[in-house]
Amino acid sequence: MAHPAASASTRTGASPPQPPASWRQRLGRWDMKASPYAYISPFFILFGLVGLFPLLYTAYVSLHDWDLIGGQGDFVGLDNFTFVLDQPVFWDSLGNTVSIFLLSTVPQIVIALVLASLLHANIRARTFWRMGVLLPYVIAPVAVSLIFSRMFADQSGLVNAVLGHLGVDPIGWHRDSMPAHIVIANMVNFRWTGFNTLVLLAAMQAISRDLYEAAILDSAGRMRQFFSVTVPSVRPTIIFVVITSTIGGLQIFDEPRLYDTQGLGGSSGQWKTITLYLYELGWNQQRLGRAAAVAWLLFLLIIVFALVSNWLSRRIASGDDPVAVPRKARRAARRDASGSAAGTPAFSASSGDTPGSNT
Amino acid sequence: MRSTRRAIAVLAAASLTVLAAGCGSSDEGDADGKITLKVSTFSEWGYGDLLKEYQKLHPEITIKHNRFATSDAAKEQFQTALGAGSGLADVVGVDNSWLPQVLQHPDNFVDLSSSKVKGRWKDWTSKLATTNDGKLLGYATDIGPQSIAYRSDLFKAAGLPTDREAVAKLFGGDKATWDDFFAVGEKFKAAKTGPAFYDASASVATSWGDQYKVLWEDPKTGDIIAGHNKDLRNIYDTVTSHEDLSAHLARWSEDWVSAFQKDKFAVMLAPSWMLGVIKGNAAGVKGWDIADVFPGGGVNSGGSYLTVPTQSKHPKEAQALAEWLTAPEQQLKAFKTTGNFPSQVAAQSSDQLQKVTDPFFSDAPVGKILTHRASAITTIPYKGDNYFAITAAFNNAINRVSVDRTDSPKKSWDTFVDDLDALK
Repeated sequence: MAHPAASASTRTGASPPQPPASWRQRLGRWDMKASPYAYISPFFILFGLVGLFPLLYTAYVSLHDWDLIGGQGDFVGLDNFTFVLDQPVFWDSLGNTVSIFLLSTVPQIVIALVLASLLHANIRARTFWRMGVLLPYVIAPVAVSLIFSRMFADQSGLVNAVLGHLGVDPIGWHRDSMPAHIVIANMVNFRWTGFNTLVLLAAMQAISRDLYEAAILDSAGRMRQFFSVTVPSVRPTIIFVVITSTIGGLQIFDEPRLYDTQGLGGSSGQWKTITLYLYELGWNQQRLGRAAAVAWLLFLLIIVFALVSNWLSRRIASGDDPVAVPRKARRAARRDASGSAAGTPAFSASSGDTPGSNT
Repeated sequence: MRSTRRAIAVLAAASLTVLAAGCGSSDEGDADGKITLKVSTFSEWGYGDLLKEYQKLHPEITIKHNRFATSDAAKEQFQTALGAGSGLADVVGVDNSWLPQVLQHPDNFVDLSSSKVKGRWKDWTSKLATTNDGKLLGYATDIGPQSIAYRSDLFKAAGLPTDREAVAKLFGGDKATWDDFFAVGEKFKAAKTGPAFYDASASVATSWGDQYKVLWEDPKTGDIIAGHNKDLRNIYDTVTSHEDLSAHLARWSEDWVSAFQKDKFAVMLAPSWMLGVIKGNAAGVKGWDIADVFPGGGVNSGGSYLTVPTQSKHPKEAQALAEWLTAPEQQLKAFKTTGNFPSQVAAQSSDQLQKVTDPFFSDAPVGKILTHRASAITTIPYKGDNYFAITAAFNNAINRVSVDRTDSPKKSWDTFVDDLDALK
């Protein structure tokens, strides 16, 4: 906000002294000066209301003893943070969150990339298949959780019954951590793979055919085309998908909450994620101050993870391909021209305040 | 100059937000003299027809009914709205275990005491909703006297008596103890017919626990005493040592629901409102019956109240509605549709109730049995601030041993004590 205001003031400063203007003239000038702010204000107001204010207010709450119903109590400084960091259950739930996040994000993006390139190729009934991959996304997460928790019930579930017929011992889908993480991650994959596929497909549609023709002339096979043309060309989109998945993956709530009827992550916290721990502190134990501290720790964690996955996905997606180098050069040139403002930080800056935009 | 410009920009921007926000807050006006009352309940209270009837009796009143699917969802909204100071209905149904939160914030609720409702309830029922200085903050709608629901066909297969009076005697009749209960279980198990004796260890333990006045927290100091309470430890040790009597299920889980159809257990300790759940889950299964007996005497589990928050714009009308809904005639109607056992003394002793039988439970006289069970209730447990958190941790402790079977009883108890430390 500070930047445009500053440039506006320099403009007024530059204008020469004028004779006293009429009301109409003055109004016209005000219009010129004020209108742009009014036009762009909805974004800042919305951001302030739904992004910045809750963030700051949560920070304020986290520094107090705060009862869910009773409200504000004493100022306790960083006690809530030290309390939470001292709890083994916080670290366990952090581990569960990261485990579920990796089990969902990594396969999801790999499958989405492959699916997108298949859909991008010349196939029959293209629109049908493209709509088809989006179908799971339309199903409400609650419904997905209900179906999955029924299928993966420990004693009476369909999956264990099938495994039993194959002579495999039943798996404790709700008893053990890893199986529980796999099921929850697959609920996420079921819902989001199609969505990410379409995002990547849209990016692939924009790749110039010339690149493929050139690759074919150089006798590149399908695999080589995929890795050397398709993947590098959709790199910015991959980064977008990775980062939104990261944010969503770390905030995962619906799926683990509905995985059993208690909704607190299993009797020994087998699938308690950070958001479930937050919920437990705030709504079960009614300690909103501690819950707010967890919310802030989660916020910081998401920033760190978003930065890391941004860095990682750049690394992975660039590889040693021939296309990326000229692109990089082109971008560098563009950056020099526009005064280096429109560069990398756009993604990481917006990552913190888009709650649950994915997954 | 610059500051005015800024001010205008801010003003212009603010008006936009007001425009955007204004759309949401169109409150129902009382222009035509009509009053809209909102009622919120959860799961099934049998209020659908009753509310229609009330609107017919009072044409000036329109009622909006908000039904939460589960009491958990309702509790969440209740706590959040109470904290925020807005968003509660005019008449709010609360579970009896949330009453401590109501009593802690008496200024948020209308004092409902009046000469009209004096003597409506047994002392313990209205005492739960009364503050120390005598304000009545909730009208009791129903209570949850527990009885033993059992499968007579599975009892027969195990060579046990099947007739409900004989079964009551088998469990010890009026002097039934928990030792008797587990002894019957051992007999049933010894017959090796396949099914487990009861459904869930955690439910047995909490039903037992509801017979103690003080178990989780000290009513005087509010301290959490569960970790070193001898009674609780005794319950825990006894139940976990009889682990082989249970079907290793957690109530409400997928496995539990499907176990009804697969003859996985023969006995369930069931509060009145659970009878409807059994009917639903065991639809088509024959042999269910109810015995007029409970180990350790009578026990109340659950039951609900109607409150009127001071947020309400029409507290008078809301109170009148709550009073009508909890009157004997209406309670009896609700009992017939849902099995929620009436809390009113007059309704409990009415002939109408005594005559109610249930074909699903082999035509058992449910009205009579539950009335008898309700009259045996003597002790009401103290539930403090941390009741939910402590009981959740306790159920987890038992389920680690009984359902997940990952921990030994001793290890699981140690974890429970650690969990309690984190609540301080």
